[in-house]
Amino acid sequence: MSGRILLKQGGGGRAMRRLIEDVFIRDFAAMPFDGVGLSAMDDGACIPFGDEFIVVTTDSHVIHPIFFPGGDIGRISISGTVNDLAMMGATRILGLTCAVILEEGFPIEELEKIQRSMVAACKEAGAVVVTGDTKVMGRGEVDGIVINTTGIGVTKVPIRDNGLRAGDRIIITGTIGDHGLAVMSLRHSLDLEGDLVSDVAPINSLVAAIVDGAPGAITAMKDPTRGGLASALHEMAAKSHVGVVLEERKVPVTDAARAAGEVLGIDPLHVANEGKAVLGVRAEDAERVLAIIRKHERGHDAAIIGTVTNERPGSIILDTGFGRRLLAEPDGEPLPRIC
Amino acid sequence: MNELQFRNPELARALAHQLETLMKEIGREVSVMHVCGSHEQAIAKFGLRSLFPKKLNVIMGPGCPVCVTDVPEVDEGVLLAEQPNVEIATYGDMLKVPGTVRSLADAQAAGAKIHIVYGPSQAVEIARKSDKEIVFFATGFETTAVATAAILIAGPPDNFSILSAHKYIPPVMEIVAEMPDTRIEGFLAAGHAAAITGYGVFEEFVERHAQPVVVAGFEPLDILAGLVELVKLVRDGERKVVNTFPRCVSREGNLAAQEQLWRVFRPCGGRWRGIAHVPNGNLRLRDEFAKWDARKRFTIDLRSLWDFAPPQLANQCICGDIMAGIRNPVDCRLFNKECLPETPVGACMVSNEGTCKIWHLYGGIPDLSEVAS
Amino acid sequence: MCLGVPGKVVEINGSMATVDFWGVRRQVCLDIVDEPVAVGDYILNHVGFAIRRIPSESIGETLAYYETLLAEGDESDPMAADVLGEIEATTA
Repeated sequence: MSGRILLKQGGGGRAMRRLIEDVFIRDFAAMPFDGVGLSAMDDGACIPFGDEFIVVTTDSHVIHPIFFPGGDIGRISISGTVNDLAMMGATRILGLTCAVILEEGFPIEELEKIQRSMVAACKEAGAVVVTGDTKVMGRGEVDGIVINTTGIGVTKVPIRDNGLRAGDRIIITGTIGDHGLAVMSLRHSLDLEGDLVSDVAPINSLVAAIVDGAPGAITAMKDPTRGGLASALHEMAAKSHVGVVLEERKVPVTDAARAAGEVLGIDPLHVANEGKAVLGVRAEDAERVLAIIRKHERGHDAAIIGTVTNERPGSIILDTGFGRRLLAEPDGEPLPRIC
Repeated sequence: MNELQFRNPELARALAHQLETLMKEIGREVSVMHVCGSHEQAIAKFGLRSLFPKKLNVIMGPGCPVCVTDVPEVDEGVLLAEQPNVEIATYGDMLKVPGTVRSLADAQAAGAKIHIVYGPSQAVEIARKSDKEIVFFATGFETTAVATAAILIAGPPDNFSILSAHKYIPPVMEIVAEMPDTRIEGFLAAGHAAAITGYGVFEEFVERHAQPVVVAGFEPLDILAGLVELVKLVRDGERKVVNTFPRCVSREGNLAAQEQLWRVFRPCGGRWRGIAHVPNGNLRLRDEFAKWDARKRFTIDLRSLWDFAPPQLANQCICGDIMAGIRNPVDCRLFNKECLPETPVGACMVSNEGTCKIWHLYGGIPDLSEVAS
Repeated sequence: MCLGVPGKVVEINGSMATVDFWGVRRQVCLDIVDEPVAVGDYILNHVGFAIRRIPSESIGETLAYYETLLAEGDESDPMAADVLGEIEATTA
């Protein structure tokens, strides 16, 4: 590949996927490995270990602004990694690592606030940071703070993101667009006052409830982070070689997120969530799983939002209530659109 | 949501049903054009296209100002962004639009500082807080130009200037109406632009041309109702202007805004991407406001790009014909080859509602009703 | 550039208004709207400027207009009759 890295290649959409495939996966995927590895591009890796799998995931967090309504970079660095493990079926977290790169001049008071958030999130997840690393770079050489967290969990049965079959129902565990829109309104100084609050939270206990209450019911699962629900569904559909019909009116969205999306010209379907999961279940299990999710404190707004079909594999068809259209795969960072 | 959102789906289906009935009466294919970005977005977002009768071609015209901003104008923005001490403020939609060699996004990747703003006031705020030269890349139709005019009249700081790529809609409707083989039998006019200009500007238009004009609002029901009126006018062969958007549009429009607009801007001819020359289609700053004209403050040498220019694909673009309903995307040599959503040549591929983008996404005219759910 | 969004004015401070869009608020400049705007009015916002005042009676007028469109359709159209009935019920 020639040229230079563009911002959109970090946005979670098609551009980022191509970058990863062309630059990273090509050579690593050729190296021998048993288990769910890099080429699967799932939320984490599953390493066979005896009759179980060790699940590993890593994430670097560069979010700005660092503090936003509902959370901060500390909370998201723990929740994001815990949730990735949970998406693979590892709801019991064996341990977390935390590597921090700080810019010279970063206020220690803010660092301590971030630390307290991380501790609180760990307690919610039943996880603990067991090892870490600290680096300081010169003023201007890094933007404020970068946090990388790696998580290690274990599971007997990995949950994948490619097992959808025609007839399956799609469930979302709660409202979408909250995190991305809360952050975006701050980031672009768009002066939106209102109740936009990030949903950032660890949801491993929610996944555990589903796995315990309805073992084997989940056919595919992902957390809709960068690129939003649209991106997650595209991946699941493409990997499963199926299409999905999504009923827009059934997708839960808070009034505040809907309003912000209208004013900014951004579709909540394309916006990151940090405390949600989207899952496929066989039709006969759908109501039962929905009931389990709704009982959990992080799943009260869960809903069945779509159905898997054999037609148009790889495509997401959006039923808007008026008509139908194809939901495009997001191509990078959503920007406030004017036209 | 509040009562200002006309989005009742039952009502929408009833209006669509009306359209079917009217089209049956007419008994042949009819092509109409809309020239408003909001119409485009609403049709795309709500999937309205799947509601339109098969024989009614609702064609996207040059209604998306970002999409019709021509290559040299993007180049001017890119070259300014790359000058030392200059930073560009622009609307988010402009970031990815390709110029001769680079887009603003490419310039940003190479180190240029680009501010994404929600409106011109934000650009002025950035200038006030900065010691750099802040150039506002002013794109958009007359609706947006009035905001640019307002901030210029209010007197922005000295380190602020405007690169005007604003455009004016009525002249391009003339061009489409006057194309020799044009199939367009009616226009759905831009509701927001008409809020400023008034619908009176179209009365003279319908006298000189064969096409009626309906001014419609931006909600799904407004668009469907507007189309019902338009198809009726086509059926009856009436050359009239009908305003279906009285809550925002009057005959004279917003006179105060018009006065400001024409005080600051003068119309001049220019190229629109994919449509060649549009007389009086571009808005440039008048001499009285030369102080804030980026074209006068900076030297922008477009020739520096010509050495690197790839083959002149723009010459093979047939967007104008596609918009007029004369040709289809598959008739274009560039369609789905050099011209793709990631590397668009003409406006029809840049816009979400562009005919070429739609054909690329759906493999033809979309019909998703057959997919079982 | 064409995205125009209607909202309700909740506060006015000189030439700036605080406008509520379905629960989210934003500052909007009143410099180019051609009528006096008062708290409680609806305005059409475009890139941070109010470009028109939307008279509140026009909302009912618009709904009534849709009604007439449907009524002008085939008299025996059962779908139109259903919808007209629904509209009457909601505007009663």
